[in-house]
Amino acid sequence: MTAQLTPVTAPPREQHKRDKRRKANRGQRRSNLLTVVLWLAVLYFFLPLVWLFMSATKDNGDLFTTFGLWFGHDFNLFANIHDVFTYQDGIYVRWTLNTVLYSCVSAVGATVLATMAGYAFAKYKFPGDKALFAIILGAIMIPLTALAIPTYLLFSSAHLTNTPWAVILPSLVTPFGVFLMRVYAADAVPDSLMEAARVDGAGEYRIFRTVSLRLLAPGMVTVMLFTFVATWNNYFLPLIMLNSGKLLPLTVGLAQQSATSSAGGGAQALFSTVITGAFLSILPLVVVFLYLQRFWQTGLATGGVKG
Amino acid sequence: MTNTIQRKQNLVAYGFVLPFFVVFTTMFIAPLAYSGYLSFFAHKLVGGLQFVAFGNYVRAFQDPAFLYGLGRTALILLIQVPIMLGLALFFALALDSGRARGSKAARLLIFLPFAVPGVVTVLMWGYLYGQNFGLTGQITRALGLPQINFLSDKLVLFSIMNIVTWAFVGYNMIIMYAALKAIPPELYEAAEIDGASQVRLAWSVKIPMIRPAILLTIIFSVIGSFQIFNEPKLLVEIAPTGITQGFTPNFYAFNVAFVNQDLNYAAAIAFLLGFVIMIVSYVVQLSMQKKQVQS
Repeated sequence: MTAQLTPVTAPPREQHKRDKRRKANRGQRRSNLLTVVLWLAVLYFFLPLVWLFMSATKDNGDLFTTFGLWFGHDFNLFANIHDVFTYQDGIYVRWTLNTVLYSCVSAVGATVLATMAGYAFAKYKFPGDKALFAIILGAIMIPLTALAIPTYLLFSSAHLTNTPWAVILPSLVTPFGVFLMRVYAADAVPDSLMEAARVDGAGEYRIFRTVSLRLLAPGMVTVMLFTFVATWNNYFLPLIMLNSGKLLPLTVGLAQQSATSSAGGGAQALFSTVITGAFLSILPLVVVFLYLQRFWQTGLATGGVKG
Repeated sequence: MTNTIQRKQNLVAYGFVLPFFVVFTTMFIAPLAYSGYLSFFAHKLVGGLQFVAFGNYVRAFQDPAFLYGLGRTALILLIQVPIMLGLALFFALALDSGRARGSKAARLLIFLPFAVPGVVTVLMWGYLYGQNFGLTGQITRALGLPQINFLSDKLVLFSIMNIVTWAFVGYNMIIMYAALKAIPPELYEAAEIDGASQVRLAWSVKIPMIRPAILLTIIFSVIGSFQIFNEPKLLVEIAPTGITQGFTPNFYAFNVAFVNQDLNYAAAIAFLLGFVIMIVSYVVQLSMQKKQVQS
C-alpha cells in the first residue's frame, strides 16, 4: 500500500534535496529502526550459543542454580574439558578422530569424482552427455537421508555395515558437487587455453592435470568444504550403519552420551560433560566456516543465481 | 581425421565421468533398485516371505502413523517454511540495503547456527526447553510468567519448528543475499535517485530479480521438511509421550526398520517418501514458473 503511494518522480523543487540524498546514499544512509530490528533478531540466533558457552564453564551444581546467560560461581571450563577427554578412557578423542577421518576421506574423494565429471560435462561434447547430466540433476532432488535406509539394506546384505566404509562410500556421491563443478569449469577454464595446449601437442589428460586443475582449484575447495561439513554433521547414516562404539563419529557419540545423562536424571554428573563436549565439537566447524567464507559463498551463489 | 579426434575426445570424456558414475551406480541407483525390490515382499505368518506386489504401499496409505507423520510435515510446510523464508528474505534485503549498522557482523551471527552440527543444535535446544536448567524456564520464571512446557505433547511440534527455523534462516538468507549482490546496481540506482523507498525497491525490483534463488530455497526447504529426523530422534528421550513412533515420516521409516524390524515395509516407506518429495518439489517448481510467465 505505502509503496503505491510513493511518487515515482520527485517534483522539481526538491531538486537540491534529491542531490543531497544522492550524496547521502553514497555514504550509506542509516536507519535506526532497521538496526534495532536486525540486532534484536541477532540476539535470537546468538543467545542460545552464548548459553552453550556459559553452560560449558559450569559444574553440574551451577548449571541447575545459576542464570543460563552468565557465568556460575566457579569457572569450570577447564575441569569440564578434562572430564570430556577422560570420560570412558578418552572415547571423545576416538569419536573426534573418527569424524575427522570420515569427513576428510569423503571430502577428498567426493571432490575428485565431482571435479572430473563436472569438467567433462562442461568442456566436452559426447554422446549421452545430456541424458547423463539430466540424471545428475534429478539426483540432486533426492538427498542422502532418503537414501540412507535403502543403502543400509544393501550394505547389510553385503555385510558391509559396521565398517568405516559404510559411512564413507555413500558420502562420496555428490550430484550437487558435479553440478557446481560444471558451472564453475565452464567459466574458469577457457576453451582457447585448451586449444592452445592441444596445438602444443599436450594430451587431454595432461591438459587436465597441468592446465585445468589449477584453474578449477577454488571450485574444488567449495565442493570439498560442503562435503566435509555434510559428513561432519551427518547423524542418520552413521547411526544406522555403525553399532560398535569405537567407530562412532561425534554426532552419534554425543547423542548417546546425552541420552545416558537424561535417563540418569539430575543425579547423573554427565550434563556438564555432554554440554562441554557439544560446545567443543562446534569449534572446528566455526573456524572452517569463518576461514573459508569466500568459498561457501561461491557455492551458495552458484546454486542461487544459476540454479 | 576429425572423426578420429572426436572419437578420442569422447573416450577421454567418458574416462572423466566414469569414476563418478561407477560410485553413483553402486551407492545411489543400486540401493534404490534393491529396496524397490524388497518393498514388493512381506513376511506373512503363514508361508514366511511372500511377494505382495504393491501390498506394502497400500498398507502405508492406510497406516495412521504414516499419514499423521505426513500431516505434521504438511503443517511444517504451511507454517514453519513461510516464516523461515520470510525472515531470511527480510534479513537479506535489510543487509543488502546497507541501511543497518553493523550489518557485516549481523550477517555472520545470523549465519552462525548453520555451522552448528544438527545434533548439537537439537541437544542444545532440548536443554534450553528442559525443566531442569532450561533457559526458557529461567526467563519465564524471572518475568513472573506461567511456566510453559515446550516439550508437552501439544507444543513439541512447534518447538521443533523453532529449532529448524533457528538453524536454517541464516543459510537461506545467505543464498538470497548472494543473489541480491549479483543484481547490477544500475538497475535500481535510477529508481533510488528518484526517491523510490527501500520497500518499493525491494518489492518491485529486487525480489523479482532473485526469484530463482527464492525458488531454490523453497525447494530445499520442501525437501528438508520431509527429511526431518534428528529432532524427533533426539527429543524423544525428553518428550517420550509427545513424540510418537510416526512423528515424522523419516523417523517412522527408521522405527519400522530398526525397532519393528520390518525391513520390507521400511523400504516401501522410504521409497514412497522419495516419491512424495519429488512430486511436491516438482509442483512447487511448476507453480513458480507459471507465475513467472504471467508476470
